[in-house]
Amino acid sequence: MLNVPSRQKSSHMSTKAVILVGGPSRGTRFRPLSMDVPKPLFDVAGHPIIWHCLTAIAKVPSIKEVFVVGYYDESVFRDFIKDSTREFPNLSIKYLREYQALGTAGGLYHFRDAILKGKPDNFFVLNADVCCSFPLNDMLKLYEDKNAEAVILGTRVSNDAASNFGCIVSDTHTRQVLHYVEKPESHISNLINCGVYLFSTDCIFPSIRNAIKRRTDRPRLFSYPSSDNLESSFYAQEDDDEGKANEVIRLEQDILSDLADSKQFFVHETKDFWRQIKTAGSAVSANALYLQKAMQSGSKELAPTSANIVSPVFIHPTATIDPTAKLGPNVSIGPRVVIGAGVRIKESIVLEDTEIRHDACILYSIIGWNSRVGAWARVEGTPTPAGSHSTSIIKNGVKVQSITILGKECGVGDEVRVQNCICLPFKELKRDVANEVIM
Amino acid sequence: MAKSLAAAGVTDIVLAVNYRPDIMVAALKKYEEQYNVRIEFSVEAEPLGTAGPLKLAEKILAKDNTPFFVLNSDVICDYPFKQLAAFHKQHGDEGTIVVTKVEEPSKYGVVVHKPGQTSRIDRFVEKPVEFVGNRINAGLYILNPSVLDRIELRPTSIEQETFPAICADGQLHSFDLEGFWMDVGQPKDFLAGTCLYLSSLAKRNSKLLTPHSESYVHGGNVLIDPTAKIGKNCRIGPNVTIGPNVIVGDGVRLQRSVLLSGSKVKDHAWVKSTIVGWNSTVGRWARLENVTVLGDDVTIADEVYVNGGAVLPHKTIKANVDGKLIPLSPRPAPVLTAAVEVPAIIM
Repeated sequence: MLNVPSRQKSSHMSTKAVILVGGPSRGTRFRPLSMDVPKPLFDVAGHPIIWHCLTAIAKVPSIKEVFVVGYYDESVFRDFIKDSTREFPNLSIKYLREYQALGTAGGLYHFRDAILKGKPDNFFVLNADVCCSFPLNDMLKLYEDKNAEAVILGTRVSNDAASNFGCIVSDTHTRQVLHYVEKPESHISNLINCGVYLFSTDCIFPSIRNAIKRRTDRPRLFSYPSSDNLESSFYAQEDDDEGKANEVIRLEQDILSDLADSKQFFVHETKDFWRQIKTAGSAVSANALYLQKAMQSGSKELAPTSANIVSPVFIHPTATIDPTAKLGPNVSIGPRVVIGAGVRIKESIVLEDTEIRHDACILYSIIGWNSRVGAWARVEGTPTPAGSHSTSIIKNGVKVQSITILGKECGVGDEVRVQNCICLPFKELKRDVANEVIM
Repeated sequence: MAKSLAAAGVTDIVLAVNYRPDIMVAALKKYEEQYNVRIEFSVEAEPLGTAGPLKLAEKILAKDNTPFFVLNSDVICDYPFKQLAAFHKQHGDEGTIVVTKVEEPSKYGVVVHKPGQTSRIDRFVEKPVEFVGNRINAGLYILNPSVLDRIELRPTSIEQETFPAICADGQLHSFDLEGFWMDVGQPKDFLAGTCLYLSSLAKRNSKLLTPHSESYVHGGNVLIDPTAKIGKNCRIGPNVTIGPNVIVGDGVRLQRSVLLSGSKVKDHAWVKSTIVGWNSTVGRWARLENVTVLGDDVTIADEVYVNGGAVLPHKTIKANVDGKLIPLSPRPAPVLTAAVEVPAIIM
């Protein structure tokens, strides 16, 4: 593993990409939205979450082939892949289905033949549940400059938030990864794992094979002698709801720490935005960040700024917006949505076929498919502090959802106020509600 | 009030105030001309209670031997001044207080009449535990100048000191107020009182009320000053009072609220059970409800939600207020009363 293989120089280097989408049982935190659409296909800034990954991949010239790996049914991604193949003609996009959850590294290993076909030098791995600018070309450059075996994308977060993520200790000059630990109990570093990697094919598969071998030889608990780790490794097995625990190999827990010993593992620190899309509420900040990115890159998709459009705003061409309605910033309006006179929408996502009646006000919310919001109604969430990675806030000493989310086909009566609520599909809200989950 | 008083033959009005007389001067000068009465201010250097200010104004009140009215400005009622004066003259005793019937007398000071008499008051019972009567002091009196001799120039309560003394001499009568009465010392009561007043106007088919034929009137009981401007596609009512020079934008929803003079409610705002103070501004898509009270010159920013907030004068609110976060002064009555028409009138 420590042998550095000699490789061709960059111009001839061939690269692939893998997008890890997980499976339906993983989408529970994304409820109620994941009840109707699998999380990777949920629209933010006018496009499915996974589309934003593909767009970044399409900007790397050496990538010709993309695999979407997960354990959803094949039919789930069929239409998306068909559309994307048309939109990104230079990419071959295939869905590879895991029939049991193998873990992020286990899945890669399972499909190694497909990935290795055509002898690519390296491949990117993108977790579909992150929202970032995916600076893949920068990672590739670092990889080449350092003659690396692996490059990880890192970002700085507050010291308080760091222990919720995988933490990276790196050499500030060489950018070499010295140490990696997943969700440490104590503070180790505020440079965290963004869930985007570039691996040398020569390095990563032997590394996963070693981890599998180690697992088979010695059950996992014995490989972690310290009591702290014992507990976390126990948890790691516990939330695997499918498959035999021994076959689950995760990049984060089982591979990255070993790679850090290799001396050829580097971190590219992005100064750009990065968020996890974990809970349904985090789609609002992902929506905002992708819209801002689109605005900065001068995207033609966005609605032009005007007296009643505070950029960035995405409006689907089939939506009907009354000219007196004021939208933005950071608003996405889905297909066939109808927005009435004097409506105000800010920092929100309105999904397809929804109607918002006149003078209603929607702030920091997600309005589910085919819902109806009455005249003078107010649907409101609470902004989380800038740079926060949490989607809940403390209100009167109680932890509540910061973003208000209405599931599919909900109704909000005229003049009704809905504040910091999660509303499951098919609910009619006729009275004011706040800080509740409406089942 | 000034109008009703002038109609009852009142020639002089004294305002006993300890708060912002300069602002009231301008407001009241026009009433002087309009109703041909003299309005004077009696400024208390220190609070003199409810009886002290009468003594302070003795020169005017006792300039001839005719009786004078006393009104608490934080009371809204049907102002039956003429009938009251006639009744007072008929019994010939020192004082008459207007009483009103209440459902729960145990919350108030109850009037008890002398046995076998319908109007002469025997005593007052504060918050009675057992039922002794259901008539309470409505805060409107007519008194002979001789009553002033019973008052010393110091902080004194007319209810607790002066009236019991007159009662003891059998010189105090009650006059039943037909209609309604409501103490508006508290914002909640003020709104309820406004609703009652508007209902009474509706009952009398008053021309003051904006007719249902106006497209924006919803549920009736809407009183809009002719100088106020109302935007397009509004829905206003029931029970809304809009004062002079108020500007209401487009798509505004108002119900059970009072907009005081010079205030502005911008487009698409939603306002319910709220008092919007003079020259205050409510931003676009703001939502105010649940007995929210804005003092003078308050600004509520666009899209802000205020739930039951009391906002001090000259404040700007830029973030949601849920609950009573910004307290008003302990007694908001003087702030509120100009809403109706005139503050603190003594005559």
